[in-house]
Amino acid sequence: MILRPALLFLSLVPVAALAKDSCLECHTALESAPALKFPKDVHQRRGFSCADCHGGDRNADDQDAAMSKAKGFRGKIARTAVPQLCAHCHSDANLMHKYMPQQRVDQHELFQTSVHGKRLAAGDGAAANCVDCHSVHDIREVKDPQSPVHPLRLPETCARCHADAAHMAKYKIPTNQFEEYRKSVHWAALAQRGDLSAPSCASCHGNHGATPPQVSSVTAVCGNCHALVEDLYGKSPHQPAFAALGKAGCVTCHGNHGVLMPSVAMLAGDKAVCVQCHDTGSAGGKAAVEMAGLINGLGAALKNSDQVLRRAASSGMEVSEAMLRQQEAQAALVKARVAVHAFRVAAVSQPVQAGLAAAAETRRAGEEALKERDYRRMGLAVALLAILATMVGLWLALRTIERPPEAPVEAGRR
Amino acid sequence: MKGIEAKTGGLRGWLEERLGLSAISEFLAHKTVPVHSGTAWYYFGGITLFLFVIQVLTGILLLLYYRPTATEAYESVQFIMTRVQFGWLVRSIHSWSANLMIFTAFVHMFSVVFLRSYRKPREVTWLSGIALLCPALGFGFSGYLLPWNTISYFATKVGTDMAASLPGIGPALARFLRGGEDVGGATLTRFFGFHVAVLPGLTTLLLLVHLVLVQKQGISSPPWVERKFQGQGGKVPQMPFFPNFFLREMMAWYAALGVLGSLAAIFPWELGEKADPFASAPAGIRPEWYFLAPFYTLKLIPSHVLFLEGELLGLLGFGLLAAFWILLPFWATNRQGMERTRLVTGAGVALLAYLATFSLLGYFK
Repeated sequence: MILRPALLFLSLVPVAALAKDSCLECHTALESAPALKFPKDVHQRRGFSCADCHGGDRNADDQDAAMSKAKGFRGKIARTAVPQLCAHCHSDANLMHKYMPQQRVDQHELFQTSVHGKRLAAGDGAAANCVDCHSVHDIREVKDPQSPVHPLRLPETCARCHADAAHMAKYKIPTNQFEEYRKSVHWAALAQRGDLSAPSCASCHGNHGATPPQVSSVTAVCGNCHALVEDLYGKSPHQPAFAALGKAGCVTCHGNHGVLMPSVAMLAGDKAVCVQCHDTGSAGGKAAVEMAGLINGLGAALKNSDQVLRRAASSGMEVSEAMLRQQEAQAALVKARVAVHAFRVAAVSQPVQAGLAAAAETRRAGEEALKERDYRRMGLAVALLAILATMVGLWLALRTIERPPEAPVEAGRR
Repeated sequence: MKGIEAKTGGLRGWLEERLGLSAISEFLAHKTVPVHSGTAWYYFGGITLFLFVIQVLTGILLLLYYRPTATEAYESVQFIMTRVQFGWLVRSIHSWSANLMIFTAFVHMFSVVFLRSYRKPREVTWLSGIALLCPALGFGFSGYLLPWNTISYFATKVGTDMAASLPGIGPALARFLRGGEDVGGATLTRFFGFHVAVLPGLTTLLLLVHLVLVQKQGISSPPWVERKFQGQGGKVPQMPFFPNFFLREMMAWYAALGVLGSLAAIFPWELGEKADPFASAPAGIRPEWYFLAPFYTLKLIPSHVLFLEGELLGLLGFGLLAAFWILLPFWATNRQGMERTRLVTGAGVALLAYLATFSLLGYFK
């Protein structure tokens, strides 16, 4: 009975604290970099030792016995052998279930379909393997902000190779993706706003099965997040036209890595993308200008009504209902911008008309509130005058009451 | 003309026979008010009463549309402010007059202290005045929640949490105030009941006692004024209450009405956003200005001081301070009957400085 609490305590102590690890003991004493990094590694914290990857006997005190080939010691792992080694555990559903039941076990399978995996299998040791992205000897969970594959750090991790011109020279692919991505609206959302759901490299290319999206699949990739736009584009006249021309949907107008904040300027004006294919005088060119006009018109109307409402609100007027309606008008503007992807003036016109009607309503409400404010102030001025007049009257009455009685006038002195 | 006079006289006679009006006019004819350099401070009691009457009247008007349920309270106040003719003015005047009333009540209280009006035989008048301050603050606390907006909801949570930290009765008191374990619809209904039934009844009763005592004891003159005129062999100059003082008081009421109307029209009382009990408390939650000083003090006290919880220590401190202040007329004179003038002035100035400083800090920090 006395032993039970002690056993319970021992069962709670992490395995790593109890199990002998002669590899770590010696290599730490030798101040070798991998051993010094290893305590931060998620594997070490879960009880794994150097020997689980490198082979050998963690329990042997003798150096030769610990690193004996008879005990399976493999030494430094060849770069091309790393994925297979990691997969030994990470593809084992039963083993992974003990540590991370929610973790997928198909990473190696996916990796083999990736450009990285294929090159590595072909013997290209320069191609990325697991440790190039996840680090080695200090591997952290993906959700750990210090992990190189945490969403906030992933673009920089990919850029370590993909922005390195020397490293990429033999693959003959551009190295400006990261530079472009850092100008994009996606990077702004991820890095500046800290929105972890914002797309980074893996969101479009995949992670373990990393491959550039094909021309035919770009729309579907973007549509993962921009579902409504994908739907509108799929039904639009541009879809078959782009397919016939071999153009890759969304990226034709928006670019790929450097996707900028879309604006009406993309439809008409100097920076318009439509004019790349449509003459300004053509039906397509005219439709683009018309759509831009509609959206600009709604934007201006909203700005105007917003100013009026804010002026009324800052004067203390109760305009919360109109503010709510104004939000509906703002939503109509968003809908109109999305509707551009139907590439039909009528599709844009519909939300624009709804938005204009709402903006007119809110502007009217704001103007009425301002009129009411002026009316109130006028009423106040009249009331204050009346109050002042009454106070003066009271003061005069007091003066009359408190005036000392006049001395009686003697007869005949006048 | 003769006929009308006869008729008026007849009516007056009829009323006199039944109501004894001449006793009132007789009383008014003989009632006087001291005239000295501090006479102006006497107006603040009347202004406080005037603002209370305004609140009763505007409160009755608000009752025509207000609905005291968590689902309808906010919307009904919004309806009053946007749809009801002059509803915005009524609500704004109600809220501003509540705040001005607390302010003038404090001015009245401190003027009583500094003019030494609490002295024998007016100790009970002082106690009835202090007792009146309690329902006045209660009106503020209960009324703050009634629009059911975010700020008022969370401020009420903080306020009732403070009550819960009192030793012994705290949890039961908080449950009683909230009508449950947390601030919710039951709290709103309960606070509405306090605001429109319990507190008005209590205030009217205490007000009657206070006014009767003021009439019975008359209006006090400061000791230095009494000494000055006693030295000159005469009494303190007096003015008739009616019409001289009454007309001046009327002017003060009109001035208060002007200030109240201006505040209501230029700075209409905001409604804010509807309370969401499931949302997290927004930043900058604070109670009404007259609770800011104790609120900020409690924020400054560490969570634990020796073996006591900080909040409890703060509340005990406030309790002792309140007891000290309530009993002012009884310690303001020593056993030999000498007045502790410096002590009273020091305590008054210190309390005023504390309230002003901590209220400002609580507002701006």
